Amino acid sequence: MKPLVQVQDVGMRFETKNGTFVALRDINLNISEGEVITLIGHSGCGKSTLLNLIAGLTLPSSGVLICNGREIAGPGPERGVVFQNHSLLPWLSCFENVMLGVERVFGAQEGKAKLKERTRAALEMVHMDHAMHKMPHEISGGMKQRVGIARAFAIEPKILLMDEPFGALDALTRASLQDELIGVMQKTGATVVMVTHDVDEAVLLSDRVVMMTNGPAATIGEILEVKLEKPRSRLELAHDPRFADYRAAILEFLYQKQMKHAA
Amino acid sequence: MSSATMSISQTPTFSSTAPANAATPVQAVAAAPVAPAAPAAPVAKRSELRERLKNIARIVLPPLIGLALLIAIWEVVAIKTQGIPTPAKTWSAAVVLFSDPFYSNGPNDQGIGWNILSSLKRVGIGFGFAALVGIPVGFMLGRFKFMGSMLDPIISLLRPVSPLAWLPIGLLVFKKADPAATWTIFICSIWPMILNTAQGVQRIPSDYMNVARVLNLSEFKILTKILFPAVLPYMLTGIRLSIGTAWLVIVAAEMLTGGVGIGFWVWDEWNNLKVEHIVIAIFVIGIVGLLLELTLLQIAKRFSYASN
Repeated sequence: MKPLVQVQDVGMRFETKNGTFVALRDINLNISEGEVITLIGHSGCGKSTLLNLIAGLTLPSSGVLICNGREIAGPGPERGVVFQNHSLLPWLSCFENVMLGVERVFGAQEGKAKLKERTRAALEMVHMDHAMHKMPHEISGGMKQRVGIARAFAIEPKILLMDEPFGALDALTRASLQDELIGVMQKTGATVVMVTHDVDEAVLLSDRVVMMTNGPAATIGEILEVKLEKPRSRLELAHDPRFADYRAAILEFLYQKQMKHAA
Repeated sequence: MSSATMSISQTPTFSSTAPANAATPVQAVAAAPVAPAAPAAPVAKRSELRERLKNIARIVLPPLIGLALLIAIWEVVAIKTQGIPTPAKTWSAAVVLFSDPFYSNGPNDQGIGWNILSSLKRVGIGFGFAALVGIPVGFMLGRFKFMGSMLDPIISLLRPVSPLAWLPIGLLVFKKADPAATWTIFICSIWPMILNTAQGVQRIPSDYMNVARVLNLSEFKILTKILFPAVLPYMLTGIRLSIGTAWLVIVAAEMLTGGVGIGFWVWDEWNNLKVEHIVIAIFVIGIVGLLLELTLLQIAKRFSYASN
């Protein structure tokens, strides 16, 4: 099967006051359709940089990224993004926030009623239909992130890019949003690339865990294939020895091979 | 001025929540063992009332004491010095003045109402033109680095100049006093407008712009749904600062240009040696300025968004 996204020999350098900073080097990764990939590594390893490159928010210094047969030259609606801090526009209601993208992508060929229906369906999918006319400051952090996910899904992207989407949430809210995401992914068969710090989250959600070496000049260290059947249940996996093995493999990489002394 | 607005805007939240929480639990504990429920209710009510009165007193008393102190000092100064009218004399003059604020005996003798209105009109026109020019310029300054670097030295040079220094230029160009006064208002209003708008544009969180890029929004949508709402609070700050300065400047400008207006009126009454009218004018100018500030603060509050 031809991969949906190809990352070929990608490197990323930033010019700083103290000279050139090499953030990423020699990144090669193919992402197939329907695959769920998490990027994990210590902070500063360039995993968000890699995600931004796929999103097209930044362009690589070297190498090339291809999505759906075309070189990525900028952001586009076929690549939906969920931001870490939800980034809902505070002057628009949840509904209007989601509608903004829906109008842009489907506005040319569909009527107003159909657009509203799409928006409502996206909010329903993340169980936010009860609060869709609230303003972002009236709802909790977890709810805001649900709306952020709905906004990204509503434009029916080919691939969904998530930058530590649950990083700012407490453990219980995070778990419920992870379950929510599992449900949505199951329903839509979405292709997802997700940046995370959380080892459990990586094993629970992904087909492959891409582990990155420490920066500067970070690259892909190892790729772990998670061969647990889907849909996965957090409770069943808690007693599954395979889950513990996968977990241990990631921990080993992070804390033995890529030991990082906390600053 | 700012301390006055602070006390007005902050205190109500304190008075509405505190007594309800503080009074009832204490009362319930004290009343229950002594008597059955029936007499307890009025006692609770009475102490709640007392609590509320106390809170009102706490809000109202300090400003009243301040005002009384001001009037007392004024009274002493008026008795000790010749020419300064006492508060009582000023008050009776004010009653006469405000009983007919809108009379008109030719251009040099009009009621105080007309004078205030024509000053406000000048401020409004000058300020309106400043907004028309300043807000788009501010947007461009914030959006395009080149424009910012180009105009920055010019603005830095001209901003500290007293707007009254521009009055002769206005007289030269417009050949009339009235538009020249409006011109000074335009000059003094435009700087805060440009600078605050530009700052607002520069401070738009990059996340919002990333959202626009990811959703591939059109330039029009970016302007109406992201740039404008994000910059609006900064713009309103610019407007508030502009109006405040404009109201300061108009009095001085009218003293120089003459015509109808509160500044000219002050000067005219000085020539008539009606000092009590000058004192009244000082109060009127202060109150109008305060009202302008409060109105704009209310508008700004309406359009400020909790960012998270």
